[in-house]
Amino acid sequence: MNKKRPKHLALHLIKLPLPGFVSILHRASGLALFLALPLLLWMLQYSLRSIETYTELMELLAQPLTKLLLLGLLWAFLHHFCAGLRYLAIDMHLVSNLAQARNSSWAVMFVSLALTVLLGVRLW
Amino acid sequence: MNRVVTGAHYGLRDWLIQRITAVVMVIYCFVLVGYLLLKPQLNYDYWTALYSSQVVRTFTLLFLISLFYHAWIGIRDIVMDYVKPAGVRLVIHVLVILALLVYMIWSVQILWGM
Repeated sequence: MNKKRPKHLALHLIKLPLPGFVSILHRASGLALFLALPLLLWMLQYSLRSIETYTELMELLAQPLTKLLLLGLLWAFLHHFCAGLRYLAIDMHLVSNLAQARNSSWAVMFVSLALTVLLGVRLW
Repeated sequence: MNRVVTGAHYGLRDWLIQRITAVVMVIYCFVLVGYLLLKPQLNYDYWTALYSSQVVRTFTLLFLISLFYHAWIGIRDIVMDYVKPAGVRLVIHVLVILALLVYMIWSVQILWGM
């Protein structure tokens, strides 16, 4: 049990395969969404409380900088959502070989980015 | 010799909760997006009419509680993986739990105090 095990944690030398890349982005996007929770709850509160706070929120959301921040959060949400659906599919044994693992990872990347662009253009 | 595999035994339960809460959130998202697609000209009246319904408020609170529980498991896993000193880890865990509990109280205030 005391054997020295080889360690290779030079992060800049590790080349992640695509499913690994999707996986670490799932973590990163989840963390980003957690950190944004107070902002998102505050937005829900302002959108519901009164017509004045609703208008105030809409004016704030019309600012380019806020839009950029929301676009980032939108991507984080869509990536986390799509990658999460992929994990549920894996749990149900719908993804069983390497080719399917790679193809579904491409699909997660593509669909989440495409939806971000689509919604981004529509909301901008 | 019999070897007993031990552990804290919360792994499977948390794995399952992570998935149940995820499915609740997916269903909520599809319902909400469906409603928004039906009302292309969203305004304050439509928005508050939606959230004045007790069913929608309850479903939204279920969504938010699922979100907070889901976030707790995810953040705890991240902290366990990257934060080694036990003291620091404990402090982060306590802060995350407190934040999520406050969010839960806040959510009730938002939904029933509007």
